[in-house]
Amino acid sequence: MRWLSRFVEIVGKVGLFSLRVLIDWLKPPFEFAQLSRQLAEVGNKSLALVVVSGFALGAVMTLHTRSTLVTFGATAMIPAVQAVSFFVEIGPLVAGLLLAGRVGSGIGAVLANMRASEQIDAIESLSIDSFKFLVVPRVLACVIALPFLTLFMDFAGLLGGFLSEELSSHIAPALYLNRAFDYLQWSNFIAPTLKTAVFGFIIGSVSSYFGYTTDKGAQGVGEAATNSVVVSSLLIIVADVFLIKCIFFLFPDTAI
Amino acid sequence: MSANYSIAVEFKRVMKSFGAKHVLTDVSFQIGHGQALCLLGRSGTGKSVTLKMIMALMRPDSGEVWVDQDNVVGMGEHRLSLVRRKLGYLFQDAALFDSLTLYENLALPLSRLTKKSKDEIDDVIRQVLADVGLGADGAKYPSALSGGMKKRAGLARALVLEPKILLADEPSSGLDRITAAEIDELLMRRKVEHGTALIIVTHDVHGARRVADQVGVLDKGNLVAFGSVDEVSQSENDVARRLITE
Repeated sequence: MRWLSRFVEIVGKVGLFSLRVLIDWLKPPFEFAQLSRQLAEVGNKSLALVVVSGFALGAVMTLHTRSTLVTFGATAMIPAVQAVSFFVEIGPLVAGLLLAGRVGSGIGAVLANMRASEQIDAIESLSIDSFKFLVVPRVLACVIALPFLTLFMDFAGLLGGFLSEELSSHIAPALYLNRAFDYLQWSNFIAPTLKTAVFGFIIGSVSSYFGYTTDKGAQGVGEAATNSVVVSSLLIIVADVFLIKCIFFLFPDTAI
Repeated sequence: MSANYSIAVEFKRVMKSFGAKHVLTDVSFQIGHGQALCLLGRSGTGKSVTLKMIMALMRPDSGEVWVDQDNVVGMGEHRLSLVRRKLGYLFQDAALFDSLTLYENLALPLSRLTKKSKDEIDDVIRQVLADVGLGADGAKYPSALSGGMKKRAGLARALVLEPKILLADEPSSGLDRITAAEIDELLMRRKVEHGTALIIVTHDVHGARRVADQVGVLDKGNLVAFGSVDEVSQSENDVARRLITE
């Protein structure tokens, strides 16, 4: 049970840290230059990973789905199954977990290294609020970038699914798209995509917490990176359950 | 408020512990504007902690730390940021921002804390970099600088806001004698030409003899000797005497 009490303690500390992020978001000065730098770091540099992963996952999913649906003579449903599953759950969750790995470890390691090499002290010594300068733009960049990256993953998955299906049944692109979006409503698409903003907040806050608060020097850099990924991933999965419940409550027709 | 307006930094009965370890025990001293104080002592005796308390990056468990008429202990963030503008800090490993070029490292405080135009900022940076001998290196990232160049760059950043008090944490560590002497020379020039108070943590006794008006020796958290080089070299404390006369 010790690990559980430790986990709860970390969640509590991250919660307080996140609260400070939310409060500081609203206070000037606003670090637009830093935000733009972090958006490039989080968004641009994660794009290839997200697109390639989405494409491969889409192709593999279609292969698996096809073998099952053939049994029921329902192969025409493959595009719809692919679209609904990607846009509703697989895209957002996998994008969140992938970025918890790539972005979370990066933020944790960078901030921990800055702490260990006294760069954060140097920022404070220059009368600059290091929390606003380093943490807030990173969290905000994650919140903004995650929904967009999720869209790229969704469409890459759809493309991967289409190519896989095209090789099997020579389906026309227009027909595939028509069937794919037949069963998809805006509420299936908007709410799950926007929920990744919460995943972004979790990744940014958790990773920044582990990096910014480390006091273990060089050893702390590795620990911060690892803890960032593990705790972010766990919290994303747990949060997903609650967010799905919220989405079902707010948009009852999405509860398929 | 301190009655003596010429005092740049004053410690009054400062105590600091980390867990069971007493890092500073009842430490008191003062240093005036335009003076140079070198803090000597074995590793882990609280020298860097002393500097961080002056910058209010750490808070003492008890006691007062006065910086140019303000007690920084318990001071709010807004007032603290005003006090910090009077201070420059050269960190042990320079602590330059990895993701910024040398020019950007220096421009960051200037663009945020002053109302200088872009051209004025360019002029200041050009001048400061030339002063520390890095006039041609502004476009380089810290990873492309040697150890000595990093120290100079860190010094340039510490000086860019023209602080009244400069704190330097082991400015000559890891440098050869010639480069160390050049850094000392830069510090001395700052003191003589601008009246900047210097508080330097160092293991380099030769450098301390060159630069210091006052020398303080910390041992096991206590300030065991404080005074001019000659006074400390005749101190009754064995550690202080051995450190300064080695």
